[in-house]
Amino acid sequence: MVFEYAPAPESTKIVDLKNNYQLFIGGKFVKSNGGKTYKTINPATEEVLAEIIEASQKDVDLAVKSARKAFKTWSGLTGSQRGKYLFRLARIIQERSRELAVLESMNNGKPIRESRDIDIPLVAAHFFHYAGWADKLDHAGLGKNPSPLGVAGQIIPWNFPLLMLSWKIAPALAAGNTVVLKPAETTPLTALLFAEICQQAELPDGVVNIVTGAGETGKYLVEHPDIDKIAFTGSTEVGRLIAQSVAGTNKKVTLELGGKAANIVFDDAAMDQAVEGVVNGIFFNQGHVCCAGSRLLLQESISDNFLDLLYQRMKTLRLGDPLDKNTDVGAINSSSQLQKIRELAESGTKEGAQMWSAPCEIPNKGFWFAPTVFTNVSLSHRIAREEIFGPVLSVLTFRTPDEAIEKANNIPYGLSAGIWTEKGSRILEVAHRLRAGVIWANTFNKFDPTSPFGGYKESGYGREGGRHGLEPYLKAGK
Amino acid sequence: MTNLDVKRTAKLFIGGAFPRSESGRTYEVFDKNKNFVANVALASRKDARDSVVAARGAFSKWSEATAYNRGQVLYRISEMMQGRFDQFVEELSLWNKNKSQVKNEVQVAIDKMVWFAGWTDKLAMVTGSNNPVAGPFFDFSVPEPTGVVAAVSGKEQPLLNLVKTIGSIILSGNTCIVIASKTQPLTAVSLAEVIATSDVPAGVVNILTGDYEEIAPWLATHMDVNAFDLTGVNDRKLALSLEKDCASNLKRVIRPNTKIDDLTRIKSFLETKTVWHPRGF
Repeated sequence: MVFEYAPAPESTKIVDLKNNYQLFIGGKFVKSNGGKTYKTINPATEEVLAEIIEASQKDVDLAVKSARKAFKTWSGLTGSQRGKYLFRLARIIQERSRELAVLESMNNGKPIRESRDIDIPLVAAHFFHYAGWADKLDHAGLGKNPSPLGVAGQIIPWNFPLLMLSWKIAPALAAGNTVVLKPAETTPLTALLFAEICQQAELPDGVVNIVTGAGETGKYLVEHPDIDKIAFTGSTEVGRLIAQSVAGTNKKVTLELGGKAANIVFDDAAMDQAVEGVVNGIFFNQGHVCCAGSRLLLQESISDNFLDLLYQRMKTLRLGDPLDKNTDVGAINSSSQLQKIRELAESGTKEGAQMWSAPCEIPNKGFWFAPTVFTNVSLSHRIAREEIFGPVLSVLTFRTPDEAIEKANNIPYGLSAGIWTEKGSRILEVAHRLRAGVIWANTFNKFDPTSPFGGYKESGYGREGGRHGLEPYLKAGK
Repeated sequence: MTNLDVKRTAKLFIGGAFPRSESGRTYEVFDKNKNFVANVALASRKDARDSVVAARGAFSKWSEATAYNRGQVLYRISEMMQGRFDQFVEELSLWNKNKSQVKNEVQVAIDKMVWFAGWTDKLAMVTGSNNPVAGPFFDFSVPEPTGVVAAVSGKEQPLLNLVKTIGSIILSGNTCIVIASKTQPLTAVSLAEVIATSDVPAGVVNILTGDYEEIAPWLATHMDVNAFDLTGVNDRKLALSLEKDCASNLKRVIRPNTKIDDLTRIKSFLETKTVWHPRGF
């Protein structure tokens, strides 16, 4: 039976958009020094939302100077004082969560159900968690009286704009660092609203600085000589450039990079749960997830049956207006990302894999890609090795647990993986042998501020979340 | 007539065996007074690559060994070192005439290995966690070894540095390729002999003698090496280019001249794995 849904769009009235936004430096919104401007859009409608500054080298320098100046006072506060500022931020984020959720969905294209129920609550939780760490740094695992590093340059991606901001800013500030953060080129708006929240919380000037822009602005930040720490979430390709760029300096680095997670389904798995988990694993957030379960490894004996169930489930996915509360799959974040997904999907067909897409109506405007599955995929296919960062699932099969582990690990990435089986000992053995930083067993794509997240191998280094997430922002105590 | 000494040929240590350099090369080593000491194997690119193959081959067995077992093996290394105390003192004395300093270095090195041995089954307790996530899940994080680690060991106090380098890498289950001090390689050769008789599985520790300037770049660009400890690289320009090379597959790097305590050193070669599972009937 198919249920028809009436449109249930969330109102955008709660969001007060400006025509143009400035940079947030030293606690104030300031003009750029020679930076160009560009337009940020709603990827679901291609409508222009606002004009944004592409921060210049001079802008970045001023932001770093302002963070350096604020570092003395901020790191000199007691931990409990710093913690109280972070608690304030957490509370204001909760208070303004609807506004943040709507704005996030407008600028990113993700379904409101997700920004409202997952992204923004996790943002508040993240600040709340690290607020409590600020006066307990002696317990961070680095001895008594660990010290902050100084000024952190932070560069975040467009897939979870505000959530990634919280993963970066909350631990940095709790540890006593000050930050210059660059949001992604296509999704700057919630970061700029967060800047307003910093003002409302009366956060001391210069503790948080936000410079908008694209790759060039990020490069200025990474290469700035007065930065002590780089935290980057994004592609492995850019991660490599950053690792090269900081060579020979004293800059500490954490890199949260790409992934190509295997989601392994054994023949004894609870089928309906596994289907749901696989759908959530790859179609959550349009597949714009570094830890997405983009490679489905099916035990051969159940593969046909499982795929039937998967296709049935996928036929019920609702693609469309991100602001509609019934939407499951929103818009692709940008036209260039859509191009990339299309190109990789074409390579899949060319290399001999078989493509099936859910029968969705594609809106006339905006950037969309229907949830898609590739079967007959072999390990050497590009769609089995490269990160697509879109709603595209590649299906491979296996016969034995050893083969599944071998195939799962046979990739330069090592960010996440999934295991579906009802057998406890098998879960623990497979989890033990998978070379990946986050393993979801009988669940997928779960996040929590207390739970360390980060990759093995070319998925980067360093962890975010929990006690582990503090370490990259601290020096061991003497 | 006095009996003629049987001298030792100083060779490499790769995959549990003591080969000469595949290149057939050796170099002459002299003591502090410029007296000839020995012809030592001059490792080549091929030796470095063979070492990576050996280290990778040994990784699954060593990382799968129980922490208790790894602890016993490391403790066994310190036992064997103690048995060779005089030999280490004699070798170090070729370059350092201060007897008490030398004796101290050997004893500190032995004690350090004992300290490492005791860490194997504590690491997961100290660096792992049970994560109280906001939902019906059991969620925990455990440390795991990074994989194959290359290292250039420090030049000063060659034995102590070598022990620190090797011990901090292998205690958690990593395997390693270590390039020893070029000018004072004898203790490295002796330590290899210690390791070969300490139940350390073949390939877990591989020790090369020779020019790190020549060998290190091959290891830094090697895609099957997961981390590089550059502590002993004195040449700044080379250190820079090695660190850049390490970015090729995002190796974890310890930069030269980094002052870190030994626990931080151990943690530099660890990954954190987080596992989630739902609770429910």
